[in-house]
Parts: sequence; C-alpha cells; structure tokens
Amino acid sequence: MLTWIALLALFLFSGATYAFGRRKAQALAATGKAGALHSLPGYHGSYVALWAGLPAALIVLAAAMFGARLEVAVLRAESPAAVSALTPQGQDVFFDDARAMAHGAQASETVYDGDLKSALEAKAAQAKFLEQLIQYGALAAGVVVGLAGLAIAYPRISPSFRARNRVEGWIAVLFIACAVVAILTTVGIVASLVWESWRFFQSVAPLDFLFGTDWDPQIAMRSDQYASKGAFGAVPLFAGTFLIMLIAMMVAAPIGLYSAIYLSEYAKPLTRAVVKPLLEILAGVPTVVYGFFAALTVGPIFREAFNGLGRLLIGGPLDSLGLYLSQVQNQMALVAGAVMGIMLIPFVSSLSDDIMNAVPQSLRDGSLAMGATRSETVKLVVLPAALPGIMAALLLAVSRAIGETMIVTMAAGLQAKTTLNPLDTVTTVTVQIVTLLTGDQEFDSPKTLSAFGLGLTLFVVTFILNVIALRIVQKYREQYD
Amino acid sequence: MTDAALPTDKAAFRLGLETRLKKRYAQERRFRLYGQLAIVFALGFLALLVGRIGLQGYSTFIDYEVTQTIYVDPAKVDAADIGGANFDLLVADQMLAKLGEKDDEFGEASGKMMDIISNDFGFQLLKMIKADPSLIGKRVTLTGPVKADAALYYKGELKRSTPQDERKLDDRQLAWLDKMQASGAVTKGFNLGFLTKSDSTEPEQAGVLGAVVGSAMMLLVTAVLAVPIGVLAATYLEEFAPKTRWTDLIEVNINNLAAVPSIVYGLLGLAVFINWLHVPRSSPLVGGLVLALMALPTVIIATRSALKAVPPSIREAALGVGASRTQTVFHHVLPLAMPGVMTGAILSLAHALGETAPLLMIGMISFVPGVPEGFTGAATVLPVQVFIWENASERAFHERTAAAILVLLAFMIVMNLAAILLRRRFERRW
Repeated sequence: MLTWIALLALFLFSGATYAFGRRKAQALAATGKAGALHSLPGYHGSYVALWAGLPAALIVLAAAMFGARLEVAVLRAESPAAVSALTPQGQDVFFDDARAMAHGAQASETVYDGDLKSALEAKAAQAKFLEQLIQYGALAAGVVVGLAGLAIAYPRISPSFRARNRVEGWIAVLFIACAVVAILTTVGIVASLVWESWRFFQSVAPLDFLFGTDWDPQIAMRSDQYASKGAFGAVPLFAGTFLIMLIAMMVAAPIGLYSAIYLSEYAKPLTRAVVKPLLEILAGVPTVVYGFFAALTVGPIFREAFNGLGRLLIGGPLDSLGLYLSQVQNQMALVAGAVMGIMLIPFVSSLSDDIMNAVPQSLRDGSLAMGATRSETVKLVVLPAALPGIMAALLLAVSRAIGETMIVTMAAGLQAKTTLNPLDTVTTVTVQIVTLLTGDQEFDSPKTLSAFGLGLTLFVVTFILNVIALRIVQKYREQYD
Repeated sequence: MTDAALPTDKAAFRLGLETRLKKRYAQERRFRLYGQLAIVFALGFLALLVGRIGLQGYSTFIDYEVTQTIYVDPAKVDAADIGGANFDLLVADQMLAKLGEKDDEFGEASGKMMDIISNDFGFQLLKMIKADPSLIGKRVTLTGPVKADAALYYKGELKRSTPQDERKLDDRQLAWLDKMQASGAVTKGFNLGFLTKSDSTEPEQAGVLGAVVGSAMMLLVTAVLAVPIGVLAATYLEEFAPKTRWTDLIEVNINNLAAVPSIVYGLLGLAVFINWLHVPRSSPLVGGLVLALMALPTVIIATRSALKAVPPSIREAALGVGASRTQTVFHHVLPLAMPGVMTGAILSLAHALGETAPLLMIGMISFVPGVPEGFTGAATVLPVQVFIWENASERAFHERTAAAILVLLAFMIVMNLAAILLRRRFERRW
C-alpha cells in the first residue's frame, strides 16, 4: 500500500517538475530571441521530470520487489538455537509464520511452545521492524534521490541545452530495457528449471529418471518404510503424453487440414466470413472449459458407448474383449486426446489456411488450365507448395498438445501406466507437474523437485520442436513472385 | 455422329476416358465433401459445447427462495450472548411448526429441515440481531434460499422416482418441500446471489463475485506490465535495433517464448517470484506477473506486425521535415499502428484471462471465501474457480461450474468482440 502511495506521490512530484522545467524554458525563450532554444520547452520539462522521478521510482520499486527477500535473509542470519534445531522445512514454516505474525496475516497451523514461542515473537518483532526499516528507508532514499535529481537537472536548462537528445537517450535506455525483459524471461525459465532440476538430480540419477519405468513419487513418512525413496522413472509419463498427443493429432490434423482446404479453395467469401470467426471462437475457449466438457459430457458418452458395445459382445466369440469394454471407465486417454484434438483444429486450420493462401493464384490457374480438377490442383500443386508451412504448423500443434495441461488433468486420470491402449487411464508430464505442486508446501523433497525435472524435459522437448518448425519454415519457404 | 460410327479402338478409348472422368469428378465431389464434413464437425462441436454448457448452467440462475416470519424467542436467544444461540435450529423449528410438524426428542425432524433450507437464514438472523438487539422477542420476516439439494428437487433434477436410499432427500423432506411450495412460501426468481456473492462451501450460497474481482485485478496487473513493455520492446526491435546477430537471436527467442507451454511459466513463477522474491502466494500480483510474462511474446509479435504494416513513406516524410527518429516513431508510426497493437493486446489478454495451469502452480487453488482484499491478498480467479468447483463432489456444484463457465465465456466474447470491432473500425488501406 505504502509503495503505491509513494509511487503516486512521485508521479505527481515528477509532473510538477515537468511544469517547472517547461515554464523556465518558456521564460528563457521569451526573453532571448525567438528560436534560440535548441529544444522545445516540453523536452526541457521532460528532462527535469525524468531526473526527478525515474531514479527515485526505481529505488521504491526495487525495495518493493526485493524487500521481502532482504527481510528473510536478515531474519535468517542469526536464529536462536531452538530454531536452528528445526528441520529445513520447519525453519521455512517458522520464518513464514514470523512474517505472517508481523503483518497480521494468517499463520500456518503449527503450534510453537517454549523457546520456539518466544523466538517466534522475537522474530516477528524483528520482522516488523525490518519491514518498516526497508519501507521507510526506501521512501527516504526516494525523496533524497528525487530532490537531488531535480537539483541536477533544473539548473541545466538553458537555450543551448540539447534537452531533446538527452530525453531521447533516456527513451532509448527504456526501449532496450523492455527488450531485455524478453531475454530475461528465457533466462529465468532456463535458470529456475535447471537449478531446481539439478537439486532433484542430486537425489535421483538422470538416467533413472529418463529411462526408469516405474513412477511412484509418494515418499514414505519414515525412512524404514516400504518404498521410502519413491520411484522417479518418467517413461510411463512420456508414454502417456505421447499417446494423448497421438490421438489429438489424429483428430486435429485431418479435420484441421480439410477445413483449411475447404475454406481457402472452395468456400464462397460469405461462408468464409462466417466460418472463420466461428472457428476462432473455438480457439478462444479456455482450456479449463474443454476439460470440464471432456470430464462431464464426452467421458460419460464414450463410456456408455463402449460399455454398450461390450455388453453386445459378451457371450460371443469376442467374450473377453466384451468383458473389458463393459468395464471401461469415464477417464481414459481417448477422451482427453479427442477433446484436445478438437481444441487444436482451429490452430491447425488457421495456420494452414494462411499458408495455402500464400500460394500464388497463378500456380492454381496453370493447373486448372491443364484440365485438372480442383481437388487434383489442391493435392498436386497447392499442398506440395505449402507443405513446409503445413509441417511447421503440425509440429507447433504437437508441441501444444504436449504442453496442454487442463484437459488431461480433468479427463485422463492420474495412474501412471506404460500403455498404448487408448481406453486406459494414463497420466502425462503436465498432469504430474500439477499434482506434485498443488497443496504441497515443502520444496526440498525429491517429490516436489521432480516437478521441475519434468518441467525441464517438457521445456526442452517443446523447444526442440519449435526450433525445428521455425527452421523448416525458414529453409523450405518457397518465394514466389 | 454416334459412338457406333467410330472405329472400335477409338470408342473404347473414349469409354475409358469417360469412366476416368467420372471417377475424377466423383473424387472431386468426395474431396469437397470431406472439407465440408470437417467444418460441420468443428462447428457442430462448438455448438454442442456451448449448448451443453448453457443447458447445464442456466438453471443456476433460477433460484428458489423461502419467505418466513420468525419469532425471535427470548428463551432461546440470550441478549448477553447473541453469537451463542443456535439460529439454524430456531429457524428450522419454526418452519416445522408452520408445516404442522412436531419435532421428536432427538431433534431428527429439525435436523432434516436444516438439510433443506440454507443456513443463510441463520447468518441473516445473527447479523440482524447483532445490529439491533431489540429485535429479540419480536417477529422478523426473512427471505433465503433453499439448500442446493432442495433446489435440485424443485428443478426436477432430483426425482421422486429414484429409490429413497439413492437420493439425498428422503420422502418426508420431499413432502415438506411440496407443502411449502403449495403454501406459497416458496418463490422462484432470478438468482442474483450467484453474481453478488463469493465462493462458499454451501453450493446455494456460492457465487462468482470474488473470482470475477480477482480475475479483473490480475488482468489489470497483466495489462499494466505486458502491454507497455511489449509495445516498447517491439518498437525497439522493429524501428531502432540494428539488424545484428543479437537481434536475430532475440527474435527467435521471442517466437520460441510464444510457444512455451503455459505450465512452464507457472514453474518459473513458483521458483522466481514465490521462492526467490517471496511475493505472496495466490495473490493477484503474482498471478498477474506470471501471466504478463506469458502474454509478453504475443504482444510483441502482434505489435511488430502492426508496425511492419505502416508504410516506410510515413517515416520518410516525418524524417524529411526534420523530426528525430524518436519523434517519428511516437508522433507518426505508433499512432498509425495503434489499432493493430490494441487488437493484439486485447487478444493476448483474453487468452491470459482463460489460463489456468500456471495459476495452479502459484497456489491459486486455495479456497477464498471473500472478495480479494488487495493486490497482495489471497484471491481466486474465474478459470481456477471453475476447476475447483468441477472437483467438488456435490452435484449442485456442477451446474454452478457450468454457470461460472458461462460468465467466463461472456468475458471472453466481450473481449474478442472489442478486438474485432477495433480492427473493423480502424481498418486502413495504405
């Protein structure tokens, strides 16, 4: 809250300095001969405002962003013996609770007594003090820096001062800073995934993770219990992901391609104007909605259909198959895959549509003039010409199918099985990430860290697919005209 | 001339030609049909999806309310300890009395009555008496919803024909419900509560307001961060940056970021914002930060293509009369590209609004009963609310899930419509 008020105040202060600077420049322009001012008065104002506002704002923002981290670091620097005796997770909870107490938030349900209780109160008092120190310190620093900025910039205003160039210099820095954010995002993703995965791979060997066939991340409470270490072989997850991706692509690729062909080659302008936005709605539906639909509508319909078929087969020559089919459950790979495929239809169709539209009309005209039918033209001329683009579109769809979470979470089940049977429940990489990281608070057990190992695998696989898709487009794109 | 007049080999040739032509035309028709079928299938699915969810969800907006005059018995409500009184029991007893039923010594009937009327009555009564203790000993008239199971009965989804053991309400309760309806105490109306209340453990009292406010706050954070940063970054890359290896790398990088699975952004948010920077979990702030990073590449890509569409002659004209490059960009190029930029921004924000998976990673799955208190307080958002309700075991939550989806879809449609209108309104040919 304080940060917001401080930023608002800074904004107003900066606005006021703009007016001052501008007025001074105008006054100078009026006294000197006309046109003697190098820059427009507005630039002089902006120059002063930037000096007065920006550095101070950066200080306040930095305090808001890194203040909590600083606070925790100081709190942890010297802890009483009773606290040091706690497990690492216990310490995390302890310090979180101390901070929660300090700003009146809800603490965890852990009960502290004796030494710990007094330590908690001491730490809470310290946290409160530190928090205020950081906030007010940043505020004071902001005021000083803001005034200093004003003191530096204001006297510089003179007719010969190149305020415009200076302001544009600031703007250039701002531009580059914004572009750097995109890089930093990638660095952040890679660094956080690699760092946490590295901690995971210290307890589980990478080869066991990549080629192990047993996935059971449940860690027992005591070390002497059965399966005390959990099993982290990710092959069943890869198999499940692959199976669902395969089903999704079997739905999305033909339907998406055929609709793109129809839309770009056959449809009248009116049909196109109606159908295309409708397909785009399909693309805009949130995935959680598809998940809900898959779980509550498509799942039961499929189960009914298979159960009915199974009942018909029971007693006949395919008795065992019938028995199996009659016991199929709602949650199966087929449901998640089919619904995901439908989600991908507009993605495939709009990308392929764009690509086929880019094939020049002269190629089609040539083919039609030779007496080929439209479908022959499409199959023998348009599709080959558009093939690299279509391949890239399909690869992008594959990478989306691999990374899709909600539909599978809601419709495919949680059991880790290595199977290619679409009627079985399977689990995928994304589903396991969700189940591993929801509700669990500790971040040092291999169980939670394994989610980052999975995330890294997912990132690497989709990254490779994307790069291949980009390369295909760049390398094989045919330049007509 | 007839075929018979032709030499036989020519006739055979012609016959072959014709059959082949027929085949080719049939093939052509088939091909065309496949295309039509594909589109019909996709649109049919869309209709099925929207129709089915509409059918499942619309009944949430119908509400059954009971109006009842309650005598606040001084013997049961102690003025010194108002919170200690059992208002639910008080209300249930008087409802029973009105139906002409007498409670047995175990309180079985009142327990059953409490299963069909919402404990919202109790809350209302508590609130009223706390505000005005002089109500004790007087009669007050209250209106409140029936419990979700009872509403399902009125809506015909819980059927009398189901064997008693398999349904939530027994015959006696159903008889009461019938009696209450016959006496005119039950009114059917629009369920405004669904839009003005927040999440609750009781389906009949659960609403979407908290989630809508949470979504709006989170989207605000996303927009404030992603749009300016994305637009400036794109402008820099398109208008200022020299074409070097580095800028090529940045470009490839941005294209890749746009295709990174959303759950990976959730992992990033968890590791960097929560574990490293200690931003409060499940707050609109951290959700907005994660979604902003996710929306950023899309905003950049859209802005770049909008900037590319502005013809160079505009830039040259501005530069020619002595404007600096910055002035050219801010006074001429960006304003002309603005419609395209806005369209891209709105579409990527609409996408961010519907995103669920990364928010589950940063703890947004917790139960939040009220409207979020601030940007750092706990909050829930619409898509996550849908996910939480979908997992709820009570059947009444399923219709609420569908209704929440309808609200979410309404949001999406409004945003997409805004983008389309913007594109139409400012469409320009150079």
